Amino acid sequence: MERPLTKHIKPGSSAYNLEEYKQVGGYAGVNKALKNMTPGEVTNLVKASNLLGRGGAGFPTGVKWSLIPMDGDKSRLKYLVCNADEMEPGTFKDRYLLEGNPQQLIEGMIISAYAIQAEKAYIFLRWAYKKAESGLRKAIDEAYKAGYLGKNILGSGFNLDLYVHSSAGRYICGEETALLNSLEGKRAIPRTKPPFPAISGLFGRPTVVNNVETLSWISHIVENGADWFKGLSLTGTGGTKLFGVSGKVKNPGTWELPLGITMRELLEEHAGGMTSGHKFRGALPGGASTDFLIEEHLDVKMDFSTVAAVGSRLGTGTMIVLDDKTCPVAFVHNVEKFFALESCGWCTPCREGLPWVEKMLVSIEEGTGKMEYLDLLAFNAKYMGPGNTFCAHAPGAAEPLQSGLKYFHDDFVKHISDKKCPWR
Amino acid sequence: MLTREEIKEIEEEIKQYPSPAVACIDALKIIQHHRGWVSDESVKDIAEFLDISNEDVDGIATFYSRIYRKPVGRNVILLCDNVTCMIMGYQSLFEYISRKLGINFGGTTPDGRFTLLPISCLGDCDNAPVLMINTDHYNRLTIEKIDELLESYK
Repeated sequence: MERPLTKHIKPGSSAYNLEEYKQVGGYAGVNKALKNMTPGEVTNLVKASNLLGRGGAGFPTGVKWSLIPMDGDKSRLKYLVCNADEMEPGTFKDRYLLEGNPQQLIEGMIISAYAIQAEKAYIFLRWAYKKAESGLRKAIDEAYKAGYLGKNILGSGFNLDLYVHSSAGRYICGEETALLNSLEGKRAIPRTKPPFPAISGLFGRPTVVNNVETLSWISHIVENGADWFKGLSLTGTGGTKLFGVSGKVKNPGTWELPLGITMRELLEEHAGGMTSGHKFRGALPGGASTDFLIEEHLDVKMDFSTVAAVGSRLGTGTMIVLDDKTCPVAFVHNVEKFFALESCGWCTPCREGLPWVEKMLVSIEEGTGKMEYLDLLAFNAKYMGPGNTFCAHAPGAAEPLQSGLKYFHDDFVKHISDKKCPWR
Repeated sequence: MLTREEIKEIEEEIKQYPSPAVACIDALKIIQHHRGWVSDESVKDIAEFLDISNEDVDGIATFYSRIYRKPVGRNVILLCDNVTCMIMGYQSLFEYISRKLGINFGGTTPDGRFTLLPISCLGDCDNAPVLMINTDHYNRLTIEKIDELLESYK
């Protein structure tokens, strides 16, 4: 089984420097793209590969790039931004790529910036990722010295400056347009769309924002082609994916596996099954902002469309497992508390709805909840849903809430009728 | 007053942006790095230096969770309280640290040695529970490890 993204990551030892990275074939993608391909050919190749964005939304990367104006006007500054603000609870995949192979990300960014003809690029990095930050800064220095960054890269006439911006906290910075506001030195409030960043992004210029895992793919696709990429998945979508499992399992971790493996394989073969004495009750398949799946869904294929078909989202591909020793109400409360705390406060359903939801859940968990709260929670989940807010924060928060109410209804009712948490 | 060193560092950040105002978050981080937190006076100094209003700087400073507008201890403990860490035993760690230091979330020990704060997911869930002290990351924590860990921060 091929593991293109992680084959050069050796847990426990330091990441390859530029020279070591080149010895295992690194920068062949940059050579090929900048010397033998036009920017349009790179974009078309990525489009043909059907690389879906790995940040959680699964939007086709090549399509995103093709929205950038390519009118050849050199004075029009454009930007490429790498979203490395990983902060979705239960998600620990970008950290693995950032710490393990920064050169792979930089190579991917050079090719991507070339494709959209952006001459400035930023890596918007979670402040807490200190090891990743020092590794990236060192890797960027090496790339400048080797002539892969800076002016006239490999004699192609293409210039690129790459900067690392370490954040100052807040989950909302991971939202594409909030991230751009933050990069502009402002409060990280999501922007109204349209205009989309491809037309008016960073400093009002055409901008592409892509996730770390997405950008780490680009050199491999350029080198090996779209058909190779498609063949990596079991479902034809394209590619492997970093999957992860956390919670009460024997072997929590992150693994690069083909898109389309089943949730059961992930849980049992890779995560080693449940810790002894614990039973599986459900899981958020792709981070905190995805709907619960339960035992009946264990054979679902882990891919964007197949997980969506059973009412959840693949999200970041990193699963949080709910076991029978953990109270599902406490689980949902913890997640909603996170979303309430991290709301930027810009729109009403999110700013007002989430603290209300959080208070009702605390009270149910503590045994003072009322039956009418169940309807009120469901009402809020609906009201926070898609179409009522500027960004996906509240709709994301609604997902574990609505599905938690559905699948663990009896547990919610028991808390209220017994006036206590059965797990306490 | 901004020190010469702070000004130099802020100017270095301004270089990568189209206008000085963009460096506001960087400036706040630089001040905090040197002084531990951001006072009202520092907000004014940054506003003046970057030619933006005090209100804008304060609006930005109070938005970001890693900018402190109140004094904190010499060492800041950031304990993850998100869902995987909850499942993996964050509560007992919190109770132990809180009792040992005699402070709740948001509190600072009377000797100014530690401030205890909650933090959202630190992206190391397969090694939960986790915390950071200042910029150092620690995982697979147990109560037994806490005493020794805290001892190394004076």
